[in-house]
Parts: sequence; structure tokens; C-alpha cells
Amino acid sequence: MLGNFAGVLFDGLAYGSLLFLIAVGLSVTLGLMNFVNLAHGAFAMVGGYACVILMTRAGVPFLATLPVAFVVAAVVGVLLERTLYQRLYGASELDQVLFSIGIVFMSIAATTWWFGPSQQPVALPSWLRGQVSFAGVDFGIYRIFLIAVVAALTVTLTWLVEKTRFGSRVRASVDNATAAAGLGINVNRVFALTFALGSGLAGLGGGLGIDVLGLDPTFPLKYMVYFLLVVAVGGSGTIKGPLIAALILGVFDVAGKYYLPDVGGFVIYALMVVLLILFPAGLYGKRA
Amino acid sequence: MPDGRWRPLEIAFWLIPVACFFLFPSYRVLGSQILITALFAVHGFHEPLSGLLAAAATATVAGYLVSFLVVRGSDLTRLMVTLGIGLMLWEAANKAHSITGGVDGLSGVTISPILGLWRFDIGGRTAFIYAFLVVFIVFVLVRRLVNSPFGLSLRGIREGRRRMPAIGAPVARRLRVVFTLSATVAGIAGALLAQTTQFVGIDTLGFPRSADLLVMLVLGGAGRLYGGLVGAAIFMIAQDWLSGIDPVYWQFWIGFFLVAIVLFARGGILGGADALRARWRVHKR
Repeated sequence: MLGNFAGVLFDGLAYGSLLFLIAVGLSVTLGLMNFVNLAHGAFAMVGGYACVILMTRAGVPFLATLPVAFVVAAVVGVLLERTLYQRLYGASELDQVLFSIGIVFMSIAATTWWFGPSQQPVALPSWLRGQVSFAGVDFGIYRIFLIAVVAALTVTLTWLVEKTRFGSRVRASVDNATAAAGLGINVNRVFALTFALGSGLAGLGGGLGIDVLGLDPTFPLKYMVYFLLVVAVGGSGTIKGPLIAALILGVFDVAGKYYLPDVGGFVIYALMVVLLILFPAGLYGKRA
Repeated sequence: MPDGRWRPLEIAFWLIPVACFFLFPSYRVLGSQILITALFAVHGFHEPLSGLLAAAATATVAGYLVSFLVVRGSDLTRLMVTLGIGLMLWEAANKAHSITGGVDGLSGVTISPILGLWRFDIGGRTAFIYAFLVVFIVFVLVRRLVNSPFGLSLRGIREGRRRMPAIGAPVARRLRVVFTLSATVAGIAGALLAQTTQFVGIDTLGFPRSADLLVMLVLGGAGRLYGGLVGAAIFMIAQDWLSGIDPVYWQFWIGFFLVAIVLFARGGILGGADALRARWRVHKR
């Protein structure tokens, strides 16, 4: 029972860190531009497909495809941001939601058109497969790898936001875009760079997550609620909030499905409603 | 209608929940989810009119209870709370197989003739007239509400939420009331759907349905009385037409229209028409 619990906790942490990786970009775009981007999962899907295509058609090893997933998703993100998204920064939230859900529909149909509706396979290198036993509990090696990657990225991201010049520009723009622009910060460029970074991270998460979350054209719609949940519960515009929210939700989702399979997804939604009633602005959100 | 896949009465059904959306043009995903309560009501009642009233009453109570949760928090929080409640209801309905029939839905709901006079026939004529009359009555009532002082205060909340308390309007209470009312309307719509198609599936609770509703709403123009009506009709016809041309990828075109409307025709079809008319008038002068 106890060993079981450690296993569930571990799987939940791996799942949660993956959710965090994909959703952190969403948190920043929401905090920075006040943009409710439901299409964020589409960028994760772009990254995932970039991985799969490189692996199956060009024979590139799995690890080498991950940076490409980051770059492709970031480029797609910045192109869309410059051409379409930035026209809607001042628009009402309803418009933004509808616009981005339109993008989701289009991405689903376009992906089905190009790659077919089926699940995409992923071939992990042999050293990432299998499990290690520690104190009588089996840990999947790939999940250990996943947690390590996300931990490293979180440290880098925190450093980037808190110590670098770019980071202080981002924080200034989040706090007050008008004042930041008045101080000579090119807020538009900060927006574009942050958007690229956020979509790139989502793409990386999409590539890393093929083995855990699966990959098919409905990906953006299937996991949209989860990404939004992470941001809503964690509070937008921070790194710490979504991280904690993602880990909590990941652990509770896995535990709920493991211990109470009859109740299914009920646990995580109930948890979300309770958390949002207790913290309407999110765990670490800015007070409105 | 081309080849009758969407019968007129179904279009008529969609008009109600969408019309109710205009009252509070925020993303209230919950509307259609109140349908579940309609389902329970329909379960016990075979006489259509009392079933309709019972469904409306149940939905009103449920909407009132939920409204306390919905009015708090920022927009994103609100969106997530309604989504969460909807998903919870879906899971609950899915598990309660004995009552709802699970994923298979409930078929063979028997409905006795309306007022003992008109039987539901296979061609759907009775059903269509019945649905149409109910829609019309609800529409008239809603229209009356919008033009009342209460409707005016709602419009005030939409235009400037922070200013309304300053002139003594209780914002949260108004929003709760209108949320409850729209739940009532949605309950009526749900009962109508169940009675006319004699089938209830839990997909009425699902997220895709809610998304469809939103698309209709924005297509016609949110916050307008006739916007919902126009949007629902056009959405149904466009869906039928597009899925006829392109059975697999019609979703792409729906997405495309959404993006195009948001970018180029804010306020939907009616809003765009207004803008064009205004421009034409300026031009003429």
C-alpha cells in the first residue's frame, strides 16, 4: 500500500511537471498580455508532430528532435502572434476566447488532413525505457528523466525571469505595460519574445509528452481544460503558481484515477472548483 | 433544409438557449449543462406541458444554487468554475447509468399528446409547431425583460461594471438573478429537446455542445436579442452545408469563420451589418 502510494505520487509528479512545462507559457501570456489563449495546446501539438515526423521520416534520434520541437513551435507561435494575435490584445475576452477556439478547430482539422486521425507512435531510446527498483518500488526511467528535465528548465526559467535584463523587462511589462512602455521598454518586442518562448516550451512539452499524454489531432481540445486549470488554479503571470498547481493537480489526477477509478475525472474537477472558490485569483495570483 | 439532417424543429430548439445567452454575454458555458436537470424532470412526467414546467423549475433551482459560485472571481476563474461544474455533471450523469442510461442515452421517452389533443406524429409537424410556439413565447418574455428597467441595469453592468454600484445597483445580485433566469430558459430548451426528439443523451452536457452554442452566439452577435436567433439558424445551415461538401474537415471552416468574424466583423453578423449601415449612411451624406 505504501509502496503503491510512492509509485502513484511519483507518476503524479511526472505528469504534473509535464503539465507545468506546457502550461507555463500560457500563464505568462495570460499575465503579460491578458490574452486568454485557448489554442496554447495547439503549439504543444506542433512540437509533438515535429518530433514524430523527424523520428519516423528522417530517422533522427528522439533526444535530438526535442530542440527542433522547441524551435518549430516557437517560430509558429511568433508568426501567429505577429500576424493575428496582436490584433486582439485590446479586444474583449469573449472575442479572444472565440478567436483562439477557432484556431483550435482549424489546427485539429489541418492536422487530421496532413497526418491522419490516428495516435502517433514514439520510439524512445533503449536507455530511457524500463524501470528501476528502489526500496521495493518501481520507477519508470522515462518519468525520472521527465522530472529531471522539467526541474532543470524551471531553474533556468526562474533565473531568466529573476536575474536577467530580459526577465526584468518581462516583469515590468506584466506589472504595468503602460508604465513599462513609458520607461522605454519595447513592450511589443517583449510580448513577441515571451510568446515565442511560451509556445516553444509548449512544443517541447508536447514532444516530451508523446509517451505520457499521447499525440493525435484532438490533442489541443483534449488537454485544453487541463492547461487552463493549471493556470487558473496557480494564478497567471508567475512561474511558482503554475508549478505548484500543476504538481497538485497531477498528483490528485493520478491518485484519483488509481484509487477511485469509478469516480474517474470527478476528483480533479471537484478539486478545481473547491480551490477556485477558496482562491478566486489563483494560489499566487495578482489580486484584481 | 437540404436533405433534412437538421430538421426545422432542431433549429428551433437551438434558438432558445442561444437567445438566453445574450442576457449575460460572458462565456457562460454552463447554460446547456442545465439540460441535465431537464432530463430528470422529463423522466417523471409524460404530459408535455407539465414536464416543461417541471424542467423549468428544476433548472431554476439548480441555476440559483450555481449562480453563487459563478458570480465571484475573475473571468478566467468563472470560465473554469462553469467548465468544472459541467464536467462534474457529465461524469456524474455518465456513472448514474440507471437514471440516465450512461453514454447510450435514454431513448423511447414516451410523451403523451399535448393537452390530450395533438399527438406527436412521425413527420414532426406537431413537434415543430409546439417547439416553435414555446420558442416564440419564451422569446417574447425575454424581449420584455430586456426592455424593462431590470434589462437596462444589466446593460449598465455590461458597459461599466465598476460604475453600477455607484448608482446603487447591486451587481452581484443582478447577475445571480439573470444567471438563474437563463438557467430556466435552458431548462425549458432541454425539456423541449427531450420531448420532441424523444431521446436524451448525455452529450447535451458535453463541452462540444457548449462550444457550438458559443459559436452560434458570436456568429449572430453577442448581446443582441436577435443575434442568437440569427446565429443559431445560420450555424445549423452552415454546418449541414459544410459537412455535406466536406464531411471530415468541416470543423476547419467553422474555425475559419470564427477567426474571420472576430478579426473583421466584431459583433457578429448583426454587428457587422450595423457597422456597414453606419458607414453607408456617412458615405451618403
